[in-house]
Amino acid sequence: MSAAAELKPKAIQADVAEAIAARREYSAGFVTDIASDTVAPGLSEDVIRLISARKHEPEWLLAWRLKAYRNWLKLTPPDWAQLKVPPIDLQSISYYSQPKSHKDGPKSLDEVDPKLLETYKKLGIPLQEQAMLAGVQSSNIAMDVVFDSVSVATTFKAKLKEAGVIFCPISEAVREYPELVQQYLGTVVGINDNYYAALNSAVFTDGSFVFVPKGVRCPMELSTYFRINEKNTGQFERTLIICEDDAQVSYLEGCTAPQRDENQLHAAVVELVALERAEIKYSTVQNWYPGDENGVGGIYNFVTKRGECRGANSKISWTQVETGSAITWKYPSCVLRGDNSIGEFYSVALTHHRQQADTGTKMIHIGKNTRSTIVSKGIAAGHGQQSYRGLVRVLPGAAGARNHTQCDSLLIGPNCGAHTFPYTEVRNPSAKLEHEATTSKIGEDQLFYLRSRGIGEEDAVSMIVNGFCKDVFRELPMEFAVEAGKLLAVSLEGAVG
Amino acid sequence: MLSIENLHAEISSDRDPASRLAGAGKSILKGLNLRIQAGEVHAIMGPNGAGKSTLSKVLAGHEDYIVTAGSVSYQGADLLALEPEVRARSGIFLGFQYPVEIPGVSNMTLLKTALNAKLKHEGKPELDAGSFLAYVKAKAKQVGIETKMLQRGVNEGFSGGEKKRNEILQMLVLEPTLMVLDETDSGLDIDALKVVADGINALRSPERATLLVTHYQRLLDYVKPDYVHVLAGGRIVKTGGPELALELEEKGYGWLEAA
Repeated sequence: MSAAAELKPKAIQADVAEAIAARREYSAGFVTDIASDTVAPGLSEDVIRLISARKHEPEWLLAWRLKAYRNWLKLTPPDWAQLKVPPIDLQSISYYSQPKSHKDGPKSLDEVDPKLLETYKKLGIPLQEQAMLAGVQSSNIAMDVVFDSVSVATTFKAKLKEAGVIFCPISEAVREYPELVQQYLGTVVGINDNYYAALNSAVFTDGSFVFVPKGVRCPMELSTYFRINEKNTGQFERTLIICEDDAQVSYLEGCTAPQRDENQLHAAVVELVALERAEIKYSTVQNWYPGDENGVGGIYNFVTKRGECRGANSKISWTQVETGSAITWKYPSCVLRGDNSIGEFYSVALTHHRQQADTGTKMIHIGKNTRSTIVSKGIAAGHGQQSYRGLVRVLPGAAGARNHTQCDSLLIGPNCGAHTFPYTEVRNPSAKLEHEATTSKIGEDQLFYLRSRGIGEEDAVSMIVNGFCKDVFRELPMEFAVEAGKLLAVSLEGAVG
Repeated sequence: MLSIENLHAEISSDRDPASRLAGAGKSILKGLNLRIQAGEVHAIMGPNGAGKSTLSKVLAGHEDYIVTAGSVSYQGADLLALEPEVRARSGIFLGFQYPVEIPGVSNMTLLKTALNAKLKHEGKPELDAGSFLAYVKAKAKQVGIETKMLQRGVNEGFSGGEKKRNEILQMLVLEPTLMVLDETDSGLDIDALKVVADGINALRSPERATLLVTHYQRLLDYVKPDYVHVLAGGRIVKTGGPELALELEEKGYGWLEAA
């Protein structure tokens, strides 16, 4: 991977104590008072036509959306997950919202609404390239920022273009690079894949597009920051990343939303395509508003993420830290089609208060000597419930396929729950699969040991939890590893005592 | 500095399955009295099951041990009313008989967080990263711990001797006022024992006090105590000078328990 991705955090827990002191609540929970152009709630073919028209889309894309919509009408929401999902009224959601000042689109960062810049500053995301260059922490990250339904800023576009890398909002890619989008869109997650993916295909508004051409190693980390601001909206973003032969990219994704009593739906689709010897590393720190301690409010996060190792010797690696959302339904997966291709899934999921998560992965071994690694760390506290659900499927042609799965759960307190649902389907006798699983309660003796050194109980818990997650955090780019450690600390507040 | 009066303690019935069945906690300390002045080193010896480890855990504030009667005052404050972390920040250090492993949490992180908590409690500024690193490295050298071990998980995969050395390192970094060492000498070879003893001696000063809980006389060859107490049946049954330790080594504890 890129040089930045190779930097491993040595002691990522170091900032935890400080973070706890600094952030006593969901600090991203504020609302930006900005005039928005929001389409009336409701879902219909007309709304889809309107979204498509607003975005000046070509005819083929509208046709694709409408086909997805008509398929979706025949589908029902998935009910197999270990989740209690209240009915979601899709007719009460607005499917398009953009800041008013954005109408003609900013040509450069100077034209971005200062209120938006202020919002991202509060969230700790500097958008000014100069500021980013000055800050040691994020000097090597190019960023796309999606506010409600539209992308408001993309940084370092010029520098990336020099290297041949395309990084832009997907709505722009549809206009500027229609043939690339048409070639790859929906080829990993089809419009009929599942209820939420079909819905997304019909109504997706924005998201990021990345194209790394043959032989190019993307010179910096790419990042998209998603923010839901407007009330009664859903966010349906679509991300498409393509690495041609021998290309490499590391991509980061972060998310926040204001604190509200209503639930909001987030149904994203992410598709990754890796051609021969290409490598894609995709990292997520998901911190959507989780709802309050009684389970009021919070984001419903129903996301379909899938990557295809289409070429031989390619590699796709998912790393996710899921601390937010009231409900998380998410299974970043790898289709290992190319011979000798590699799929990885590293996950930390934390559920506190009344949060629920059903998350895991699918590793589909199609090519010969394909290898996959799954490391899942689940933490449940309060009344949090969570499930690891993972499928390892080895098709008849996948001679010599190998999988290693490690699945650990940590329980904090008597009222939470952790569940594990591993599925395996092996149709080639030469495949080798290993599965390790543990469930443990946070150790009283560990807590006492740290407290006897002067470390307060909450800090002690978050140190132990951070240690538990280390195998996953070390896969994250350094800035995100620090952020992830802080997030865990904040999310676990009040979990003991 | 420390004054223990008529201390009675039992193990919580939640934690002890045997006594939970019996419907009551198991009484371990039964009227223990002990006074320690600044500058003194006290050794507590006694047979297995006498309550030695219970005493050290009660002093550090372990929640499994319940004080049923008596009082402990430390520097004029009611020690028993304080949370374990506050006791530590106030200068009490417990060296564990069995140091705990905390996978994935580096030694450095533990040391830094613990030291900063103490400095904050004292109203002093935290050390910057550079000064902290130099400070810890110097202390680590003193106990023969290599720099790379500082980056490893706390006691993760450490040998018994390494764990005890790590306890002494933590103690040197935190510079406690009252050191309570619970059988820190058990299971150590002679080299490691010397390292532990050197660490304790390095911190010996007129402002500090030490309570050594030990089963064997061996450690006392290296750390000369001012007083030796025999703990048996939950009480201190005899107090003397260093010569008492030698006498115990020779005669065992039977003659005291009978008395």
